Amino acid sequence: MHTGLYEPTLPTDRGELSAATLAYLRRASGSLPPAGDAERSDPYGDDLQLALYLCYELHYRGFAGVDDEMEWDAALLAFRRALEDRFLAALRDDAPLPADVDSALAELLVEPVQGDGISYHLRDDGTLGQVREYAAQRSLYHLKEADPHAWVLPRLHGRAKAGMAAVEYDEFGAGRGERVHARLFADLMRDLSLDTGYGRYLDAACPQMLAVSNLMSLLGLHRRLRGALVGHFAAVEITSSPNCRRLAQAMERLGAGPAAEHFYREHVEADAVHEQVVRHEVVAGLLEAEPQLAADVAFGIAATGLVEDRFTEHLLGSWRSERSSLRHAL
Amino acid sequence: MHSPRDESPRRLRVQRTGPLLVEGPVEVTLDDGTVAVSDRFCVAVCTCRRSRTYPWCDTSHRRRTAD
Repeated sequence: MHTGLYEPTLPTDRGELSAATLAYLRRASGSLPPAGDAERSDPYGDDLQLALYLCYELHYRGFAGVDDEMEWDAALLAFRRALEDRFLAALRDDAPLPADVDSALAELLVEPVQGDGISYHLRDDGTLGQVREYAAQRSLYHLKEADPHAWVLPRLHGRAKAGMAAVEYDEFGAGRGERVHARLFADLMRDLSLDTGYGRYLDAACPQMLAVSNLMSLLGLHRRLRGALVGHFAAVEITSSPNCRRLAQAMERLGAGPAAEHFYREHVEADAVHEQVVRHEVVAGLLEAEPQLAADVAFGIAATGLVEDRFTEHLLGSWRSERSSLRHAL
Repeated sequence: MHSPRDESPRRLRVQRTGPLLVEGPVEVTLDDGTVAVSDRFCVAVCTCRRSRTYPWCDTSHRRRTAD
């Protein structure tokens, strides 16, 4: 009997690429689509993003009924490469590259008096239903919070490695299992009467959320993209603290529960520290050792802004027209 | 827990804008005698006095724009 971690089940397909991936994972088919199919697919669409997500999840927890050997299946890796090339090329085309790392970071360090992102909406006007949707969407990342970033550790050295490891240590509970951030998020989900099973909301998640998660996996898994991973991590940590304050206020206003509030309050304080360590030690340390990676760091910051903006537009757009942002009701 | 820093000077970073960064754990006694404790590996102590989680930084020192 299997008594280990909960294994997510395979989702339903969202088109030809994801259907072919699912069939291959189930060993119902021995072949995958040619690279040309990925090149013609919408790089941010449901189909490509789900196919890519399926490939990446083999490196995290895999799926029930899928052979663990699939993680290093050569044909699947070649297919994943075609999906990644399409996604990465789109990000490089669409994310406006900042002039340099310092100006990109400086821009993130300015706080608008009244912004218009998801956290502002949830704080001021959001409903409990919208908060639950938001948590279900974000659970695709937060139930593996900081995992994609751990892959960069062997690719960093000296100051950058020490700083990154220290922040990851905090993310992973500073030695205490009950403080692991992914666990705190599961506690939040329980307060919101959501299912805390890993991957439970994959079928419901919008492609914009899949892209948010896929960007991290892409940058984490490729050593050549270590600079972009560091830029991405800096962007996430810098923008997190003020966002989390507003989300904590939203949880408080809506009476979401103590664990729901705690998750965001913990991040207000933790990420105010993390962004300092990431800028002073990780980014500065990396660029001191490998100055040629500056453009990659800037790209990581820009690509993160792009996928987050798309996610924001989708959620706020759906809610404005009184639709769910999810593909299936909770 | 023993760490190399037990043998070496505690590192602080001061910034023109932004918190004082101190290696944790840290115990801070406030004006009114209350004591705040943080056991993080690094602690960001608010210096702008605008933090709503004082004495810890909550990024309230950041420059704000109207747009």
